[in-house]
Amino acid sequence: MSKKGITDRVAVIGMGCTRFAEHWDKSAEDLLVEAAYEAFADAGVEPTDIDACWLGTFASGLSGLTLSGPLKTQYLPVTRVENMCATGSEAFRNACYAVASGAYDMVLAIGVEKLKDSGFSGLAVHEPPSDGTAPGITAPAAFSFLAPAYFAKYGLDEQTGKEVLARIAWKNHRNGSLNPKAQYCSEVPMESILKSPMVAAPLGIMDCSGVADGAAAAILVRTEDAHKYRKDPMYVKALAIAAGPGDGRLTQDFDFTSITENVRAAKEAYRQAGITHPRKQIDMAEVHDCFTPTELIIYEDLGFSERGQAWKDVLNGVFDLEGELPVNPDGGLKSFGHPIGASGLRMLYEMYLQLQGRAGKRQLPNPKIGLTHNLGGFPWQCVSFLSIVGKELS
Amino acid sequence: MIGIVSYGAYVPYHRLERKKMAQAFGDRPSSGEKAVANFDEDSVSMGVNAALDCLAGFDEKSVDCLMFATTTAPYDEKQSTATMAAALDLKPSIRTAEITGSLRASASGLLAAVDAVASGAGSALVVTADCRLGAPQGANEQWFGDGGAAFLIGQGKDVIAHVTAAYSHTHEHIGSWRSRGDAFVRSWEERFVQNIYGETVAASVRGVLEQSGLAPADFAKVVIAGPAPRAQWSAAAKLGFRKEQCQDTLAETIGMAGTAHAPMMLAAALETANPGDRILYVSYGEGSDAIVFEVTDAIRQLPARRGISGHLEPKNSELLYHHYLKWRGILPTEPARRPDTPRPSVTAMYRNYEQNLGLYGSKCLACGTPQFPQQRVCTRCQAKDRMEAYRFYGKPAKVATFTIDHLAASPAPPTVFAVVDFAGGGRMLCEVTDCDPHEMRIGMEVEMTFRRLYQAGGIHNYFWKAKPKRQPGGKGTEGES
Repeated sequence: MSKKGITDRVAVIGMGCTRFAEHWDKSAEDLLVEAAYEAFADAGVEPTDIDACWLGTFASGLSGLTLSGPLKTQYLPVTRVENMCATGSEAFRNACYAVASGAYDMVLAIGVEKLKDSGFSGLAVHEPPSDGTAPGITAPAAFSFLAPAYFAKYGLDEQTGKEVLARIAWKNHRNGSLNPKAQYCSEVPMESILKSPMVAAPLGIMDCSGVADGAAAAILVRTEDAHKYRKDPMYVKALAIAAGPGDGRLTQDFDFTSITENVRAAKEAYRQAGITHPRKQIDMAEVHDCFTPTELIIYEDLGFSERGQAWKDVLNGVFDLEGELPVNPDGGLKSFGHPIGASGLRMLYEMYLQLQGRAGKRQLPNPKIGLTHNLGGFPWQCVSFLSIVGKELS
Repeated sequence: MIGIVSYGAYVPYHRLERKKMAQAFGDRPSSGEKAVANFDEDSVSMGVNAALDCLAGFDEKSVDCLMFATTTAPYDEKQSTATMAAALDLKPSIRTAEITGSLRASASGLLAAVDAVASGAGSALVVTADCRLGAPQGANEQWFGDGGAAFLIGQGKDVIAHVTAAYSHTHEHIGSWRSRGDAFVRSWEERFVQNIYGETVAASVRGVLEQSGLAPADFAKVVIAGPAPRAQWSAAAKLGFRKEQCQDTLAETIGMAGTAHAPMMLAAALETANPGDRILYVSYGEGSDAIVFEVTDAIRQLPARRGISGHLEPKNSELLYHHYLKWRGILPTEPARRPDTPRPSVTAMYRNYEQNLGLYGSKCLACGTPQFPQQRVCTRCQAKDRMEAYRFYGKPAKVATFTIDHLAASPAPPTVFAVVDFAGGGRMLCEVTDCDPHEMRIGMEVEMTFRRLYQAGGIHNYFWKAKPKRQPGGKGTEGES
């Protein structure tokens, strides 16, 4: 099976991102308009320059009309995609292929989610009709399976384990405190994280990502056209997504200390981008920290840490803003917030700002290669997306 | 001769101490406790679990007839026996009947099963369970308990207790009743009821004694249903039975479980019966049925089962009165701030009933991997459509990992979910019930129990949950690591 990829064939020339927050005064339509027009202005293009759009939303609207209505796009093709929490990344991935194929010259990829109109804290999803026997487990509970399994396998006592997880949340809040667009732009002391009310043992509320409304957008062209619009575009080095067959809940092999979809998607992305030593070759990453143990597992699944070592790397500050490999410099899902359909594009937005040196107080010193990782589903079955983006053509 | 081939019982794990009910209203406390169905239990689920106990060691496909006796069927229109037959993995060609509306229903079921076997059925399974409600602060609430029993009726050398005589007497009167739309059982004045009760059971007992030529002294035990815990003693005494002949009424430990009550006492009597013993069984409702059982040598060969005694311990007596009120829907509480549970798709239920009620997964014929839920393409070797049905019920199981979910909506939060690994392969992600979250451990042994997940849109959705495997009579759980 040939997997050629489209390394360096697509460039991002403009991006926009609303603040992620409980936007009581804004609808999904408002958020789409804000993110799209920020991206148009950033790229220096007019809405009429766009040839086609890819819209990602998990549950804030059906069909391309969710975008064409508020933006008043003039009878353009608009494709709505959905891939659970990886929805925003999926919109971006499909838009990249549309440009690379030559079918369109300029494409808008945009993601939105309006979660805070439901009246519920946390996610409230309408499932398709079913026999109703699937366990009604919530997302934090599903991901909490990872923690005791990891602690047991690598010999962490409960106290140490909790501290490792809290350290991840602490880091992401610290990064978010430097980001004016983050849902929670303030630091949170370790003690408050450790003492936060239990949601799904051992996870407290401060181990969970922020539930927010928001939208993020990217404008894509082929690499050869990029310099018509800006001198510092972001190049797409690799795109990979792995959808799992679900063997994690069917067979006893799956031990909840690694998410196979992550490993497979990373392998494919690294192949496309020629990455052989991810910890050394990648300068920064935005990963899917929906819950703190997810980020811990991701470090190992993506090869940032050796198996069984990520918890030590966490405590040693390897993934801090000043560390060897900064992860979630914008605050991540934890602090920036997680409006499902927008999150994947929000991750790319941070890479874009960092590569251009526009990340303000959290700017990293001259990063060249960034990675985004976006996951949708459950530990035992999910879609896992990876992108690798860069400042320079290889 | 025709008679009981096997028996089983089910008593819920939770108990409500009577003093807690009394204390809630500042009333004088009564003694003992009552068994209380968990929020995920009803007559159907308790009946299935009693029947599983009864069928342990027997071929469920040999059952020709299923009868379910209850006064608390989940539906007014729609029989529960098909649900139960699927859960028990009975063959499709069985005859079924649901016998309701009377505390005598279970005796009617037993006698109908005897008649069915007499007219050619190989064996008939009689299941009974009840979960009645008494209004708060009333005597009925104090004394009603929940539970079930099951009897396999057949003939031949395996019969452990022959039916040697039976006499029925029907006598119109209204002692206790519940009309359509009533949540709670109503009762007439106690002294009137006890009087009529005495007359009614006397008629059936005298009838059966005359028919069989037996005297009260010929019986090792008398199992006698009654409208109140102490009414039974005086009725038995008036008929010439000594107190030591009277089977314990279970009033102190379980309470009075409706039409399942006398059958549960009968199961308890069989647990301690010796070959040659005669047991007189007396029902009470709008009349009475008296049945003479003679215990045979075959009772020594019946494999051990949980029965009543195996359900008395371990138990949870920590249940609070207001939790009981919430579980039974008597006390409205603030709903969880989560979306309402949508009604299940009846079409999807129809497609999956063998899987969801019978706990059938699939096993790959190419690589031998058991899988739940059923798959068409094998998760291990990807062979397509090479599956055979594979029943997970009864396979030893352990907790691979678990979580305690405080966010999931439940009448008894937090909800415990576990990944359960089965001996022989296969795993299931499911809810754990009848457990204290603090007792959960990786590696803990669990067993599958039939439960009602929820009711939505008037549809009751039944499925399986795991529960900690507890040693009957013991305190703790098994396989802790």
